[in-house]
Amino acid sequence: MYPGMQQKKLMFWRYMFNGLAVGMAYALVAVGYSLVFGILRLINFSHGATYTFGAHVVLFFIGYQTNIWLALSASVLFTGILAVGTNKFALEPLRKKKSPPIASLITTIGVSYIIQNLLMVFMGSERKSFPNMLDIPKLDLSGLPITEPQFFLFTISFALFIILTLIVHKTSIGLAMRAVEQNTKAAHLMGINVNQVITFTFFLGGASAAIAGVLMAGYYQLVYPTMGFLIGMKAFTAAILGGIGVMHGAFAGGLIVGLAESFASGYIGGTYRDAFAFIILIIILIIKPTGLFGKKTITKV
Amino acid sequence: MKNTNQVIDNFFADISNSIRKNRIIFSVALLTVVAFIPALGLPSYILRIGVMIMIYAILALGLNIPTGYTGQVSIGHAGFFSIGAYTSAILVTQAGWSMLPAMVAAAAIAGIFGFLLGLPTLRVSGTYLSICTLGFAEIVRMAVLNWDTLTNGPMGIKNIPYPTVFGVEMTLRNYGAYYMILVMLVMTSVFVHLIINSKIGRAFRSIKEDELASMMMGVFTMKYKILSFVLSAIISGMAGAFYAHFMRYIDPNSFTFDTSILILSIVILGGMGTMRGMFLGAIILVSFPEALRFLEQYRFVFYGLVLVIMMRYRPQGLLGWRSKSPYEFPKGVDPDKIARGFNNSSSQNKMI
Repeated sequence: MYPGMQQKKLMFWRYMFNGLAVGMAYALVAVGYSLVFGILRLINFSHGATYTFGAHVVLFFIGYQTNIWLALSASVLFTGILAVGTNKFALEPLRKKKSPPIASLITTIGVSYIIQNLLMVFMGSERKSFPNMLDIPKLDLSGLPITEPQFFLFTISFALFIILTLIVHKTSIGLAMRAVEQNTKAAHLMGINVNQVITFTFFLGGASAAIAGVLMAGYYQLVYPTMGFLIGMKAFTAAILGGIGVMHGAFAGGLIVGLAESFASGYIGGTYRDAFAFIILIIILIIKPTGLFGKKTITKV
Repeated sequence: MKNTNQVIDNFFADISNSIRKNRIIFSVALLTVVAFIPALGLPSYILRIGVMIMIYAILALGLNIPTGYTGQVSIGHAGFFSIGAYTSAILVTQAGWSMLPAMVAAAAIAGIFGFLLGLPTLRVSGTYLSICTLGFAEIVRMAVLNWDTLTNGPMGIKNIPYPTVFGVEMTLRNYGAYYMILVMLVMTSVFVHLIINSKIGRAFRSIKEDELASMMMGVFTMKYKILSFVLSAIISGMAGAFYAHFMRYIDPNSFTFDTSILILSIVILGGMGTMRGMFLGAIILVSFPEALRFLEQYRFVFYGLVLVIMMRYRPQGLLGWRSKSPYEFPKGVDPDKIARGFNNSSSQNKMI
């Protein structure tokens, strides 16, 4: 009847699904920020570089005609080890010395420089095409305003997110993580090996970042060494928005940032897309620094 | 490692004590040496690095006010740098202003943005504030990138006229640019020195040490935190204006996150809360990529390594021992006398 109207509706749903798919990947990266921040009160600036590293490992293995699943597993493993190594060699000595928070912050920035530039040296700084690995199974999605890569990006990310949530909420190591987050000293007194928990947290963050990196690289079919910076900041926004240290906070935050970005680029103009995450970030920090689902902290004298 | 740190501290402290005794003579001597560098007939490439070092020293002096003295870590100072550069460049190229008023306008507009960025400090602190500043810098970058009519978007602004003072072009060739930035650096240093050793500066430092306690002592912390951002933004904006005219070309990529980190690294490497540290930090970190050209692509890896190692073994910065030196009473104040006075009065009170 109203073809123009139809078109508008279709576009709306397209933006919606694009936002959901990308937002879910943000949520996956946000988990890494959220978990680490919850335990160490530290913004891990090397997380974006970790994400980039994950995508590059897969690219490297695919270059040798490796099976995609093998490449993916290797990427998860190596990226997890990289994150754990960052913690062990760069951050743990600082904690032992009780350095000021700014020292850890600068250290993570330094680590991200190292990772990013080593990737540039060994893999090249140009934009490389990434195999489209999200359309392997064929689905009939004709008639729906969602594309296959979007569908798989969303479902795989969602499934992984559920797994992560289960790890944090249903396993004993997850229980230990939550205990350390609430009160490190008390957890230590209860016999929890705090360093082990921190190591595991970093591994989990690194692994989820690697998967998110591969998924996003597959979605945009592009890989380059600086790809992690913006995503990192957006995921961080998502983590803050939802409330840091809370799993469903990262989930909601990721989706909100993804949707806001998608709609903004659709209706306002694509060039302003990247600014929206930061505008949301500043507004949320000023209005409600604890985020949507965050816990209140009280400053004691 | 503690011993090494002590050795470094003692080494610098010895030098510094002898310097402190004749501080003015030393500063004048150093200034004379720096002023005569162009007379050596060095290639303009070296002079250009010298100018860049001084620009970054000014930026670091600016960032040092909120970060070093007031304890509000900002990782978005490229935002103010960018605002200053673009304001001046646009006013000169599009509105036909001359450079000096444009520079003042750039500093003023950066100051206004400094006020705006200072506002969140009322609500958030610590890491969250740092993130706010980062968000600010990124929004500035996006705005510059997308506001085509004003900033020419990703193409940048080309052919910005040379800095001119009273009709004289200040270029590298006639050493004008070098002396101009040197004068600006000296003025900034004197300004910062005066601020830091005034009531305002003491308020800043008390906020850094313990915000709650200083609030209880009657310091209007809200006002001073915002003021520290405004002062810092004004200085950065001014440096940005000079940068635009000196480089003659600016684009959004001149003011990225890396720039913010470079400025912060200078402050931290030199030693937060010291002024001499800013000069040393700027000399090291700005000449660093140039000096390490032989490392080629590895130099930024090396840069990252320096940050990591620095934070691990000497987080207070190269010249950062001063923050632990005992409090010096102002001239003419005898602490013993004051202590005696207190004792007397308290005993009198008891007697009554």
